[in-house]
Amino acid sequence: MPDGRAACYHSRVGESACLPSVASAVPTATVTARHSALVRVTHWITTLCFFALLVSGVEIVISHPRFYWGETGNDLTPTLFKLPIPASRNLVPTGYGYVLPDQNGWSRYLHFQSAWIVIFTGLLYIVSGLVTGHFRKNLLPDGSDLSWRALSTSIRGHLRFQRPSAAEAWSYNVLQRLSYLFVIFVLFPFVIWTGLAMSPSFVSVFPATVNVLGGQQSARTLHFFVTLALVAFLVVHVGMIVLAGFWNRVRAMITGTMITSRAGAPLADTNAGTNMERT
Amino acid sequence: MSEETSSKLSRRKLITTGLAATAGVAGLGVAARLAQRYGLIPPDHGGIYGLGETLTYASQRLLTRHSLAREFSRSQISKPPFPNEIPPLNEAYKRLQAGGFADWRLTVNGMVARPVSLSLDQLKSYPSQSQITMVQCEEGWSYIAEWMGVPLARVLELVEVHPQAKYVVYFSIDPEWWDSIDMADALHPQTFLTYGMNGGELPVGNGGPLRLRVPRQIGYKNVKFITHLTVTDNLKSFGKGLGSASPEGGYAWYAGI
Repeated sequence: MPDGRAACYHSRVGESACLPSVASAVPTATVTARHSALVRVTHWITTLCFFALLVSGVEIVISHPRFYWGETGNDLTPTLFKLPIPASRNLVPTGYGYVLPDQNGWSRYLHFQSAWIVIFTGLLYIVSGLVTGHFRKNLLPDGSDLSWRALSTSIRGHLRFQRPSAAEAWSYNVLQRLSYLFVIFVLFPFVIWTGLAMSPSFVSVFPATVNVLGGQQSARTLHFFVTLALVAFLVVHVGMIVLAGFWNRVRAMITGTMITSRAGAPLADTNAGTNMERT
Repeated sequence: MSEETSSKLSRRKLITTGLAATAGVAGLGVAARLAQRYGLIPPDHGGIYGLGETLTYASQRLLTRHSLAREFSRSQISKPPFPNEIPPLNEAYKRLQAGGFADWRLTVNGMVARPVSLSLDQLKSYPSQSQITMVQCEEGWSYIAEWMGVPLARVLELVEVHPQAKYVVYFSIDPEWWDSIDMADALHPQTFLTYGMNGGELPVGNGGPLRLRVPRQIGYKNVKFITHLTVTDNLKSFGKGLGSASPEGGYAWYAGI
């Protein structure tokens, strides 16, 4: 790996320091390092596991699309809320005249297997992130970025769907940093915790993990809400990638490199490259 | 970066990777051997979900050998108790039900010194115990009830289980429904042969006249209408050898989560 690229990867708000030294040698576009191998591998394993957990989780919820607060809840007790969907068990009063096929067996197997894999992947990511300084260098926002003015500028830019600035191809903006940190250090731990708090065996050893949440049904309801938050993150995350140039960003997360124009700006996508050349 | 440092680096990297891979494979081998020896591999460990199942069972078994399921106060008992749907009762059951379950028998055999056949009255003559614990279904619903019965450990003590026994297989009067637990769960103080609920007889809808309660595992391990127990050191000869009817229907044998 050329030294110029390595320097680029760890630089903060890239800018000129981040420009690949070979840029001038290539007439239109060049390839620059963006994500480390560990970040890429853990990212895609997590993506796969998240989809497996989501699909199997939806299947499990379909068997009883009713939610409660407290320790217990069943068809004879009042709900906190119900999902207006049919169920895969004929016992649940949904108002629909039909019952969906039961998918809980493989869903539970897949759910727990994916949970194990995502936990090991997450631990690897967090330990290596602490060791290499990935969190400190790439995710922890600068103090100045956290001022109200900087934050509101960033929020306004996002609300106007402004295309990210060139520098943001090499570094994350403050909202991006905060949301990534929130997902990694708040939502993922909380979804694992609320999941384990539903396990009768796990809570026999650590009863406080379910008691502080208000009971086993509360843990289930919270598990559902954290999932909604994670899905909301996913939607915005993919939306931002589309806005910033889908294929170039996805390419960066697969190959680790990003195609940039002569000026060092990331190409929004391959077509944008030709446009840029004309102008 | 010079040629020399680059080749040194790659050689070092190669050696490190090789050592790490060897250590990894050896580590996995040792882990598998130890897991087998300490009974940490579930009977349904084959197939694509075997990894997850083995990790869940092994870690929970190591963590929860002696832990007690949460017990609740009398005021937390669900009113009314929730009777889940039960499969159509067969003729054998209906005949015994007509006789007030006076002829209901629980037979215990397998790797035991003294196989027995017990009536409900005989079971009830042993000191009765109670627990206020939760039944939670894999679907998501749950209820709390007070369960009365005799600890399974008491019955296993009576029949004198062989020391090499590893599992207790339990059968419902419904031939479709049978399951098994390891000795850690079988000898656990909260594993009950339950005949009473909330101060009365165990209702049919909740598994009366006899249900096995395994409160550290979810609903479907708590088989209703129990008539027979077999103690064994090998689950291969039962059904398809997956440990219970559940994996044959696509559900995990171990249900601590």
